[in-house]
Amino acid sequence: MLKNSRGFHVPEPQARPGSEGDFAYIAYDAAGAVDRPPVDVDPKEIRDLAYRLIRVLDDEQRPTGPWRPDLAPDALKAGLRAMMVTRAYDARMVRVQRQGKTSFYMKCTGEEGVAVAAAMALERGDMCFPTYRQQGLLVARNWPLFEMMNQVYSNSRDRLKGRQMPVFYSSREAGFFSISGNLGTQYSQAVGWAMGAAADEARQIAAAWIGEGATAEGDFHYALTFASVYQAPVILNIVNNQWAISSFSGIAGGERTTFAARGLAYGIPALRVDGNDYLAVYAVTAWAAARARQGHGPTVIELFTYRAEGHSTSDDPSKYRAAPACGWPLGDPIERLKVHMIEAGIWSEEQQASLQKEVNEEVRAAGKESEGFGTLKEGDRLSPSTMFDDVYKNMPTHLVRQRAMMLGN
Amino acid sequence: MAQMNMIQAINDAMNVALASDPAVLIFGQDVGYFGGVFRATDGLQQRYGAHRVFDAPISEGGIVGVAVGLGAYGKRPVVEIQFADYIYPATDQLISEAARMRYRTAGEWWSPITVRSPYGGGIYGGQTHSQSPEGIFTHVAGLKTVIPSNPYDAKGLLIAAIEDDDPVLFFEPKRLYNGPFAGYHDRPVQSWAEHPDSSVPDGHYTVPLGKAKIVRAGNDVTILAYGTMVHVALAAAEETGIDAEVLDLRTLMPLDLDAIVQSVEKTGHCVVIHEATKTCGFGAELAALVQEHCFHSLEAPVERVTGWDTPYPHAFEWEYFPGPARLSAALRRVLQD
Repeated sequence: MLKNSRGFHVPEPQARPGSEGDFAYIAYDAAGAVDRPPVDVDPKEIRDLAYRLIRVLDDEQRPTGPWRPDLAPDALKAGLRAMMVTRAYDARMVRVQRQGKTSFYMKCTGEEGVAVAAAMALERGDMCFPTYRQQGLLVARNWPLFEMMNQVYSNSRDRLKGRQMPVFYSSREAGFFSISGNLGTQYSQAVGWAMGAAADEARQIAAAWIGEGATAEGDFHYALTFASVYQAPVILNIVNNQWAISSFSGIAGGERTTFAARGLAYGIPALRVDGNDYLAVYAVTAWAAARARQGHGPTVIELFTYRAEGHSTSDDPSKYRAAPACGWPLGDPIERLKVHMIEAGIWSEEQQASLQKEVNEEVRAAGKESEGFGTLKEGDRLSPSTMFDDVYKNMPTHLVRQRAMMLGN
Repeated sequence: MAQMNMIQAINDAMNVALASDPAVLIFGQDVGYFGGVFRATDGLQQRYGAHRVFDAPISEGGIVGVAVGLGAYGKRPVVEIQFADYIYPATDQLISEAARMRYRTAGEWWSPITVRSPYGGGIYGGQTHSQSPEGIFTHVAGLKTVIPSNPYDAKGLLIAAIEDDDPVLFFEPKRLYNGPFAGYHDRPVQSWAEHPDSSVPDGHYTVPLGKAKIVRAGNDVTILAYGTMVHVALAAAEETGIDAEVLDLRTLMPLDLDAIVQSVEKTGHCVVIHEATKTCGFGAELAALVQEHCFHSLEAPVERVTGWDTPYPHAFEWEYFPGPARLSAALRRVLQD
């Protein structure tokens, strides 16, 4: 029985600062324990998957069970590398934020696998509608770090012309939709994009991500309704990293059911997966993508993971949650994939060390190059008059007038 | 050329858009098989199929969010919000998303969406079927707001709105759907049949966004109006015998400031009329612009005639509605020396 469950109930997490946190309360399936249904399965037959946890890598990081994907060594190395680049990139960007070179930053530490494995399982033409914590999608799709950094610095090469706060990337070329700070809005947009693709009988599908906290937003429910009604070819990912700034997942409704289970009410198949298990995330995404591409409609995927750091550079997690005494629940996705590859005989600690060096150098070089084009407050910047561009396709006269006033004419 | 009421003209505009551009999709509550609660999409699903014209769930936020996504994909969605009073759940998608998409992506994506919505009072709709929320949207950078006053303009403006690559709110004064209405609620209902602007050309034409129209030339006072209030303005000019110039703004954003300035510089007097509530209404912007640009031509303060700052009351609709009597009184006041 849940504590404090009579009367007016305000959910409380298992531990707050000052007490010791552990993750013993998290129940999950053994690796390989969950069946893999055919992609044309009747959603009614797999309702249990919304309450299970699909895992491929066991505690020794050996792959097991029906979800084990068939990935060539090069594909695994590419995934490992993209996760490592993402983490190294995050580390550098937090450092430069602390140095005052930009205003803000958000890391995805511990959640690299959520984005990178999904990107690897999708096709390049598939459109991603991410949140601010899926920078791994851009990295995995080889979008240049230089471009990402230019955006974080709002410098003279920023493709978004200094209009968006750091990490609110957009890249049509990389199939990465513009990030919004208004949480959840991308979810119904992704469904609309997928409906357009379906109307054209196109091969492409859409994939959206939302945090477990934002599943309480209307857009989440609008999206699931429309996705179900029109059977849109879309993957609706819920990244359950257990924390929405300082609010644990119970405040979003996670105490009574799983987030995946919300999909069931809409008749959408819903799966829970270990978000820190690269192979499991890959396999589940590939399964959902195949469903969508074959015309079987949307899939909800809850990716169970853990936000290992603060929400952003603007909060201190030690003020609201206990530091986990036992590391992360379900482990570090990079470490797990590395160990798996070594176990499989396709990787070594030496190769890992050498790759880490290479990745660090790549991030450093991109950083130097980007800073050469300015940072938020120093060096080159775009003309402020560009702030009047792109409000409309053609600038209306009142903006022409205001631009002239700003320029002192 | 055909004689049409406003509903038929709006229907015809969508018919033209569906026929000329395969990217045009129409959806909203009850717009499919049934053809809309006001019949604006009557027959379109039958003609173009359910993949082009379809019913949507009762989810204004979802309708507009999905439209933004369809627009990003490359479609040109035209959605109906059944009453403007129901648009508020969609404001996040309109204000934070559609309006900013071009800006926040530096032109990489945009939202070529049109949101049609029946609007305004005069049909005993009470506070949930009568509102005029245009001022909420004209305040937002990146949105365009269009409000037609007759069948000819409605068709030409709607085609222009659909073809526009920016998001457009297209508010349809529902009291004008079946006939012009000057606020004389106790007189027999008029039909569009006798009105010159009910002659609507066949096929494709546009009325450009951002262009006002002088619907009555005059020398003594400028009345700035749009939607139903255009007809109220003409009635008040008639009733008072005042030589008023009536400007139908047609588009609030972008606004035809040149036409406004030209008229007020000529007349030296200005009255603004709208059905929406007064405080922070679009009339406040108009009055401010007139004093900013025409101060030295003005011979009297600008007056605003508007709905009262209350919710729209069901039983007291005609005390709320800014009809010809209130406008006439304002005209006399500004012309009093």
